[in-house]
Amino acid sequence: MGVIPESWNNVFAVLLGMGFGFVLEGSGFSSSRKIIGTFFGYDFVVLKVFFTAAITAMIGLLYLSHIGWLDFSLLYIHPTYLASAIIGGIVMGMGFAMGGYCPGTSFCGIAIGKIDALLFVAGLFIGVLIFSEAFPLLEKLYNSGNLGHKLVSDSLGISKSLFAFLLTVVAIGMFFGATWLERKVKKVEY
Amino acid sequence: MEQKKKTGTTYLNPYLGGFCFGLVLLATFVITGRGMGASGAVKSTVVEAVSTVAPAHAEKSAYYSKFLSDNAHPMNTWLVFESIGILAGAFLSGLLFNRLKFKVEHSPKITSKRRLIFALAGGALFGIGSQLAKGCTSGAALSGMAVLSLGGFITMMAIFGTAFVFAWVFKKNWI
Repeated sequence: MGVIPESWNNVFAVLLGMGFGFVLEGSGFSSSRKIIGTFFGYDFVVLKVFFTAAITAMIGLLYLSHIGWLDFSLLYIHPTYLASAIIGGIVMGMGFAMGGYCPGTSFCGIAIGKIDALLFVAGLFIGVLIFSEAFPLLEKLYNSGNLGHKLVSDSLGISKSLFAFLLTVVAIGMFFGATWLERKVKKVEY
Repeated sequence: MEQKKKTGTTYLNPYLGGFCFGLVLLATFVITGRGMGASGAVKSTVVEAVSTVAPAHAEKSAYYSKFLSDNAHPMNTWLVFESIGILAGAFLSGLLFNRLKFKVEHSPKITSKRRLIFALAGGALFGIGSQLAKGCTSGAALSGMAVLSLGGFITMMAIFGTAFVFAWVFKKNWI
């Protein structure tokens, strides 16, 4: 946000990426069968790590903004394009169930020697190329339902902090539910 | 703080892992004003490759040309360096926890070949979907959620909801 000189950008990119890769691999995201466990109930690590991370970052940003260390309105808010957010998500979900990875976790898989992760990344390149070449056909869908940089809390008509609080409560509920289910479901060796 | 699996592999406690992951994401927002990403590096590489092999085609294309500018090479973007970091960080973790091994991971019910074909096809679908949604699980879902983006939450629910259904369709591939 202008605090760091431009030339340092790439150094920070590598360092932050290393932190990202280290915690992902350390949490077990380099194993597709561990990741997919969330959908069969034998291992909820994805649910636990993903929501803990989202909530930690969300509360951190709201707190730093509250004490005036950063300006929330200057942050890049992922834009909302209703149709492409849903359809893109559905296509990604199918790819997730077939491939067992998402892009970030497939990089982690490659780093520790998973050949299936390598093929997944090869697939990513092919998919991006297909999309880019087919863009004239998809352009209308790509741009439709543009709501701009919309916040979920504004859509629900509540404050950002109340939303963060409610999401935290829901997540803690899910963590208890997941831990309870994990004990019921037959373990899968992988 | 660590979980021991029957297989002997050690993983971080998921809440500790998630908390550290959240702090890395928070630091990224504080330092750069944006979140993390992974599919962006693939896109930059594809744009760079196409504009090298077929520069006229890339400039004419409505999609590639979005990411081409005169003074900046698409390869030279933040997300590419970040992705190199992901590989390095994951390698270090694999080294530390003794998980470095060439392997095709799959259910005992299927062959390695079937696993690899599904991995390639799944990757292709993920590549298409991530361009449509303007980000993947990292850039759209996780980073979007951290800043309370409506689109981030919608994409997250669409990804996990669909994956839940299709995981059962392809159950044999996994368990």
